[in-house]
Amino acid sequence: MQQYDLETDGLRGLNAALQAQAAEPEHTAWEVLNPRGSHAIAVGLNAPLDVTVRGPAGYYCGGMNQQANVRVQGSAGPGVAENMMSGRVIVEGDASQYAGATGHGGLLVIKGNASSRCGISMKGIDIVVHGNIGHMSAFMAQGGSLVVCGDAGDALGDSIYEARLFVRGSVKSLGTDCVEKEMRPEHLDLLTGLLERAESDAKPEEFRRYGSARKLYNFDVDHADEY
Amino acid sequence: MKDMNNKGIPSTVPAKSATFTDPVNAEIRRAAATGIYDIRGGGAKRRVPHFDDLLFLGASISRYPLEGYREKCETKVTLGTRFAKNPVELDIPITIAGMSFGALSGPAKEALGRGASAAGTSTTTGDGGMTAEERAHSSKLVYQYLPSRYGMNPDDLRKADAIEVVVGQGAKPGGGGMLLGQKISDRVADMRTLPKGIDQRSACRHPDWTGPDDLEIKILELREITGWKVPVYVKVGGTRPYYDVALAVKAGADVVVLDGMQGGTAATQDVFIENVGLPTLACIRPAVQALQDLGLHREVQLIISGGIRTGADVAKALALGADAVSIGTAAMIAIGDNDPRWEAEYQELGTTAGAYDDWHEGRDPAGITTQDPELAARLDPVDAGRRLRNYLKVLTLEAQTIARACGHNHLHNLEPEDLCALTMEAAAMAKVPLAGTDWYPGKKET
Repeated sequence: MQQYDLETDGLRGLNAALQAQAAEPEHTAWEVLNPRGSHAIAVGLNAPLDVTVRGPAGYYCGGMNQQANVRVQGSAGPGVAENMMSGRVIVEGDASQYAGATGHGGLLVIKGNASSRCGISMKGIDIVVHGNIGHMSAFMAQGGSLVVCGDAGDALGDSIYEARLFVRGSVKSLGTDCVEKEMRPEHLDLLTGLLERAESDAKPEEFRRYGSARKLYNFDVDHADEY
Repeated sequence: MKDMNNKGIPSTVPAKSATFTDPVNAEIRRAAATGIYDIRGGGAKRRVPHFDDLLFLGASISRYPLEGYREKCETKVTLGTRFAKNPVELDIPITIAGMSFGALSGPAKEALGRGASAAGTSTTTGDGGMTAEERAHSSKLVYQYLPSRYGMNPDDLRKADAIEVVVGQGAKPGGGGMLLGQKISDRVADMRTLPKGIDQRSACRHPDWTGPDDLEIKILELREITGWKVPVYVKVGGTRPYYDVALAVKAGADVVVLDGMQGGTAATQDVFIENVGLPTLACIRPAVQALQDLGLHREVQLIISGGIRTGADVAKALALGADAVSIGTAAMIAIGDNDPRWEAEYQELGTTAGAYDDWHEGRDPAGITTQDPELAARLDPVDAGRRLRNYLKVLTLEAQTIARACGHNHLHNLEPEDLCALTMEAAAMAKVPLAGTDWYPGKKET
């Protein structure tokens, strides 16, 4: 296990060391000490590393991750796992705004709650939130799955495209063009796998599914009032 | 009174309204029939104060000119000297603006790369991501980080020579784009992670930040991902240039790209293109003032875009304080768009060469703003690249000619004192004296 103290050794050295593993992964297990809300921790990784952040992270922790498993033992600031491509980011505490924004792949797990805009513009990432999520989550979500074991705030899935949303608790309101959909066996299978990978003991059959009504995929003046 | 009975009484001449003109009336009828506003490409077509309203003074006795074709006039420019380990070094201060694969065909993007590389300058990706062809044919490629994040991935980010965080665009500051579904081929759909055939609504704002403080942290993230190697540009639409430039600098930009309202777009609302934003001419001096007030003029480079057409435009933008200019629409024309050779087909589309702007429909006879394989094959990227290279060389030669005549041995030595204005409006916007006077509107007495 490699230990890196952010307080004494600085952000650039950490990311440079982690990113250097892409060429030849010499060390696969890393522990980051004293993060103290620093921004851009463990960004741009592209190797099968295990990185544990011992404490709270600031903005964009695990940004654009590829392959690596990043675990935050604390809360995460805005944009955790922003534009992730593959791998896994786990936040053991709460996450701030736009968690998993624009992510193309991989798995983001938030064991606490997530704030507003969780999964905004998601493009293929899977996100599992053990707690609640805030308003405007999955806005313009294009692909992937957002699983919420708690409640969802206002305007869930506004202007959603092909992303799949699963919520166990209440939904304060659905956004434009987002509707509840039938939970079919393939969705239960998908959800079962996601919950297992996210270390959640929630039961798939307790969830309801939401997705796009696909009424706004092509402009029609008769739908103008919905914009 | 009309002479309805033709009895020899002089009749009133029918007069059309200056407000309800034929084009206005036609648009009212079109809107009534379809229920949707006009979406088009290109930039503002209305007349606004422009570089044409400025003149160079040249040299006589009080200034000493350089010999054309004999004495050296340098053109090189380095962009991104503030923080980046590897600034972008260009032979000429004229770059190619971001235009997306999707909006443009593959051969068109290749031609832009070929032409720019042959002229020693950079080209830029656009909404939709980086294509392998584009990277291969562009010696210097700027990767746009856009609100839509279509096709955004770290592998391409690391292949870029610079990153351009696009906050706004001159044709549509505050607005997003719209590619209609019929233009979405399998490849475009795949790059944008959307089903084929649906409208592509590009976002108007970045989804994961909400203001200049977030932008600063976003730039930090991008630098950390790319090892602080390449410059980070920030592109803004020309609306509040003083404040937007200052905030972009505060957020950490190496280069600010400022796009005036004559800047083009692939597709957005006509009402937006014609009614939102500032003329390019009006953007430059406030932007330069912001950089000067921060003590960072020339340390943070300024690229001006939006309606640049000639070497005189280039020279005027540089004289007003820009470090470089960027061209989009002019580059498209150089590689063959709206060429009169396709006039018959433009007519079939209900338009004419020089006015075709329905780029979002994907039926461009020139094969440039299309994803139709047959139309796209009309453009020979090698030949089109050569035309772009020639055009860039001409722009440079023209600007050099003017600079020499003003006594300068580098394009960057052009200065506001080399200029005068033909109109009060241009004098006020450019802060150069009205021709024949030493006065411009707003000038403070010293």
